[in-house]
Amino acid sequence: MLTLTCPCCGVTAEETEFAPGGEAHLKRFGPGSSDDDFEGYLFARKNPKGVHFERWRHAYGCGKWFLAARDTNTLEVFATYKAQTSEPPADVIAKIKAKRPDWEGYK
Amino acid sequence: MSTRLSKGGRLIDRAKPLAFTFNGKPMRGFAGDTLASALLGGGQVMVGRSFKYHRPRGIVASGAEEPNALVGLGRNARFEPDQRTTTTELFEGAETTSQNHWPSLEFDIGEINNTFYKFLPAGFYYKTFMAPRAAWKHLFEPVIRKSAGLGGVPKEADPDRYEQVYAHCDVLVVGGGVAGLAAALKEGRAGKRVWLIEQTPNWGGRTPVDGGQIDGHDAQDWIDSALAELSSMENVTMRTRLMAAGLHDHGYVIGYENLADTTPGDGRPRHRLWRIRAGHTITATGAIERPLAFAGNDVPGVMLASAVRDYIVNWAVSPGDRTVIVTNNDDAYRTALAILDAGLTVSAVIDAREETHGALPQAVKARGVRVLEGRGIAKVQGRKHVTGVEICAQAGEGGAVETIACDCVAMSGGWSPVVHLWSHCGGKLTWDDDRAMFRPDAARPPTGADGSAMATVVGAANGDLTLPETMGGLGIGAVSEDEAPLAQVWMMPAGAPDALRFKSFLDYQNDVKVSDVQLAAREGYESVEHTKRYTTLGMATDQGKLSNINGLAVLSNALGQPIPATGTTTFRPPYTPISLGAVTAEAKGELFQPLRRTPMQSWHEAKGAHWEPVGHWRRPYCYPRSGETHRNAVNREISNTRKNVGLLDASTLGKIVVKGPDAGKFLDMLYTNMMSTLPVGKCRYGLMCNENGFLMDDGVVARLSEDTWLCHTTSGGADRIHGWMEDWLQCEWWDWKVYVANLTEQFAQIAVVGPKARDLLERLGGMDVSKETLPFMQWTEGKLGTFDARIFRISFSGELSYEIAVPASQGLALWETLMAEGEALGVMPYGTEALHVMRAEKGFIMIGDETDGTVIPQDLGLNWAISKKKTDYLGKRAQERSHMTDPNRWKLVGLETLDGSVIPDGSHAPAEGFNANGQRKTQGRVTSTYYSPTIGKGIAMGLVLNGPDRMGEEIEFTGESDAMIKVRIVDPVFYDKDGEKQNV
Amino acid sequence: MSDAVSALQGETHEGFATVAETGLVGMITIRCDLGSKGLAKALKAEGLPVPDARRIETVEGRSIAWMSPDELLLICAHDEAPALTERLSTALSGEHALVVNVSDARAMFTIRGEKADQVVMKLSPADIATLPTGEIRRSRTAQVAAAFWRSDSDTISLVSFRSVAGYVMGLLEVSAREGSELF
Repeated sequence: MLTLTCPCCGVTAEETEFAPGGEAHLKRFGPGSSDDDFEGYLFARKNPKGVHFERWRHAYGCGKWFLAARDTNTLEVFATYKAQTSEPPADVIAKIKAKRPDWEGYK
Repeated sequence: MSTRLSKGGRLIDRAKPLAFTFNGKPMRGFAGDTLASALLGGGQVMVGRSFKYHRPRGIVASGAEEPNALVGLGRNARFEPDQRTTTTELFEGAETTSQNHWPSLEFDIGEINNTFYKFLPAGFYYKTFMAPRAAWKHLFEPVIRKSAGLGGVPKEADPDRYEQVYAHCDVLVVGGGVAGLAAALKEGRAGKRVWLIEQTPNWGGRTPVDGGQIDGHDAQDWIDSALAELSSMENVTMRTRLMAAGLHDHGYVIGYENLADTTPGDGRPRHRLWRIRAGHTITATGAIERPLAFAGNDVPGVMLASAVRDYIVNWAVSPGDRTVIVTNNDDAYRTALAILDAGLTVSAVIDAREETHGALPQAVKARGVRVLEGRGIAKVQGRKHVTGVEICAQAGEGGAVETIACDCVAMSGGWSPVVHLWSHCGGKLTWDDDRAMFRPDAARPPTGADGSAMATVVGAANGDLTLPETMGGLGIGAVSEDEAPLAQVWMMPAGAPDALRFKSFLDYQNDVKVSDVQLAAREGYESVEHTKRYTTLGMATDQGKLSNINGLAVLSNALGQPIPATGTTTFRPPYTPISLGAVTAEAKGELFQPLRRTPMQSWHEAKGAHWEPVGHWRRPYCYPRSGETHRNAVNREISNTRKNVGLLDASTLGKIVVKGPDAGKFLDMLYTNMMSTLPVGKCRYGLMCNENGFLMDDGVVARLSEDTWLCHTTSGGADRIHGWMEDWLQCEWWDWKVYVANLTEQFAQIAVVGPKARDLLERLGGMDVSKETLPFMQWTEGKLGTFDARIFRISFSGELSYEIAVPASQGLALWETLMAEGEALGVMPYGTEALHVMRAEKGFIMIGDETDGTVIPQDLGLNWAISKKKTDYLGKRAQERSHMTDPNRWKLVGLETLDGSVIPDGSHAPAEGFNANGQRKTQGRVTSTYYSPTIGKGIAMGLVLNGPDRMGEEIEFTGESDAMIKVRIVDPVFYDKDGEKQNV
Repeated sequence: MSDAVSALQGETHEGFATVAETGLVGMITIRCDLGSKGLAKALKAEGLPVPDARRIETVEGRSIAWMSPDELLLICAHDEAPALTERLSTALSGEHALVVNVSDARAMFTIRGEKADQVVMKLSPADIATLPTGEIRRSRTAQVAAAFWRSDSDTISLVSFRSVAGYVMGLLEVSAREGSELF
């Protein structure tokens, strides 16, 4: 069971105090979008063994959503950061690169 | 025969004798005894029978690794099977019974399996009992079930309590032997928040038995002073009887504490599950001695060498008068010395090694003991207890060169570090060929949240088997006898023929022999994981603590490959079995799961409501009167509501306030229809879809002010929809200025429904609830009588209806006031079933009935509630997908049975032909079906292919059993189609 | 107001710690930009500070707690809450803010005694031992949400939702039973 640090309130807590929300940084496609774009938005999810970005909500705490960069294999948490961003911030990318030099990068 | 020695026993208190029974026989032991030491002390060598062959079995070990000596403990509701005698503390009045035999331990019918062992090899159940087919169920299975199974099952509910607790520390040290004590001292002195836990009742591990000097002191003195120092540290918490069951992700350790096993019924929690979050875990879990595989190595009286000296030194119990020691290493000679020191006889030491020069063998030889080098045991004599051993050349095929009479055999095949915790969460092992053991590979540790090692291993658990190695690793000097290298011996003799291998046990508890593992290898099982499952090696309650390494060594030899190439099976928690009670803890009975109660719940309870669970709520389904069936009660409640006035506790409805400059824009995205244009003071019904386009919730929205809306959700949907709103506001439209708050529980809400509803409210006074002031689909607020009320003119029944929201603290008082004031009007409470029937009579959909996560609003004829003007709302894009616009989607219609009966729930309407799977095609299904007392017959709603275009058509639905029901497709509104009644 | 009652009407149990429902308590949720001058001013007018992250400040019988980066909880007398909600709403009318009375959506408990911490240890995965005085921890007790803080040297105050008050009291009572002390 993971421990995560909520970047919104600063509390470090165990997984049972959070709720998972799937892959982070999805771009919403609404009316007018192509079938392919919309299908990708709805259904296509990454499932990497390794670096992954995901959504978590501090459900039993401050109630805020935040994002986590995590290794799905070793469960190492590289960083947690605010949800109000459409892609991983540069400092998060740098942290991951430092730990996983072979990582192919975001996207 | 085993017996209690007249003096000694470092763990027992002879001043505190304890009485207990074994199979009804009165026995005595002392405080400090385990059940095993007390049984042996009382001369009970044979304590049970084996699982498969029902062979007589005795105590093998002295700790958690014991595979044989499991007993039933206690009686009736407190009976518990499979209690490990070597770790169960003796207590006054303990009632123990042996297992796996019928009719008695001494005479067991099942022992016949032992005669036919050749027909019960590994995987026999995959190979036999195949035909005739019917025989499995009626013959084989009942017989196997009777003879199989480990212990009995208590028939009554567990009367004891259990609990869980969360703990946090910087460093968790697992194991209270000298390595654990030294590690805890180091961390404690560094000011860390340290937990030190030990699974047994005693500190010090096995060093006090094995002897040696630590830091210039006698080992026991060093232990005493370490304990004194640790006890004085505020930052160190020490607990015995607390076993670390598993090491999990990010330093999460499950600990299992035994509190009250020796004091049954004293009211304290029996077991406690510790959920420990450790910054770092140091495992000091020691090592376990391995048995040797030779024929008859399971006869009662054959024990681990270390166990023999434990029983002598710790509990003053002699396992036998004349002991033969069989070994491949020097450590076992400590047992010879302990036996000699206790004044007992070592008949011989059989050493598989060709030469023995070490200090320990020399010391034993110096005391006149015969040491037979290059020898092994061909066979143990005796059936229910050891009577002697046949000695052979280890290098040969078992030809006996000599027979030695004895009543105890102490065996040692070397030691295996306890690497369970290290391995549970990914720590890797490396094979140490010199010591014939897997040890933790410090270069490949289990890693934690920050990617660094979350565990380290010290002492024997790390493969540092000798005292100087163990303490040296922790920076402390220690002295013990030098030990010469062991010889890798997995089987005696090396060339043992079939007849011997068929009786050479690897896994005692599951009766797996050398021959079984070799058979598996011959049959093509190359993976150790497959062999384990095929032979059941290591799958018993001891999880192979004694058998795994020996088993995979035998497998490796059979496959002709080195042991590390075979690898180990996976180490899985818990380390030793833990009680289900501790896993459940407080979550049983009333506390099994949270029960949500409305402010009026106590009133419903007092009136004997029949309940319907709705999420974690429990809502009144109906309020049956004396002698009334639930069906009759529902009908009465409906009729009264339609004729007079009824009250519904609607407090569970979700109530979410949405406020801000962008609130209207936000709600327009959430709902399929337009909420931004709703005038202040008015209400509007709305639908919410997910991004798949499927309908997920519905409810009435009221506009409270220019920038504030109140959204009602379904009872089950309140938290989900609140979370849904927060998700979109925080993660997608974070620049929109909108705040939401879930006020569901702030308000008690009462629906006052029926033609006399207005009369009832007027009796309370204080507010004008006339048609003119408060027309349909509007709301108002003020003082209703003495209550702070917000009143909504909304209706889910088709009747004149007011929903009154008051602060929850006033809910019960308002309910009671309405009941009292309404008495003259014939007021009655009604429950959720009446609610359901009345809404179905009106053709109103219910989330969860008409919807199932695959239904879009368009399917339900709700196009009127979908805005054509809006360019976007959640679900809109999905509803444009080709499958969603398919004219052949099933659509909502009313269904009326021709004979007035009620269609069963879940009925389907078959169509002509069969699908690709050979199943009958269908053209519709029922979504809601009730008896309507208002209409006087069965009514239903359902989704039917091209339904709205088939009004008046008669089709068939499946009925009970094979009968079909003729149904006419009709408009879903059965009652008051023009809505005159709700709009008065 | 008419016959207002709390969820459990002061139910109390004695164990190795005393657990009690406190009866009616006023609570107001304020959602706002916590850095805004308008908020500071509105609270100052009531004699209250804007608490720092995770802090709970008590001034003359009223407490104000930081619940999230844009949410505060004001705890006051139950009968004071409606008027206070109005006053704060008015004072914050120039801000983007939401002020709502949530007094009746909650239940409040106290756990009193030298070993009060041990009751919380059995129910919440939060590390109560390191929770400083003046900090509020939002977490869970068994299966439901809760927030707790040290309200004096031997008392922990705990807030849950009203509907599960009976469940929470059941948890507290079982956890505080004599004979189940941890240390």
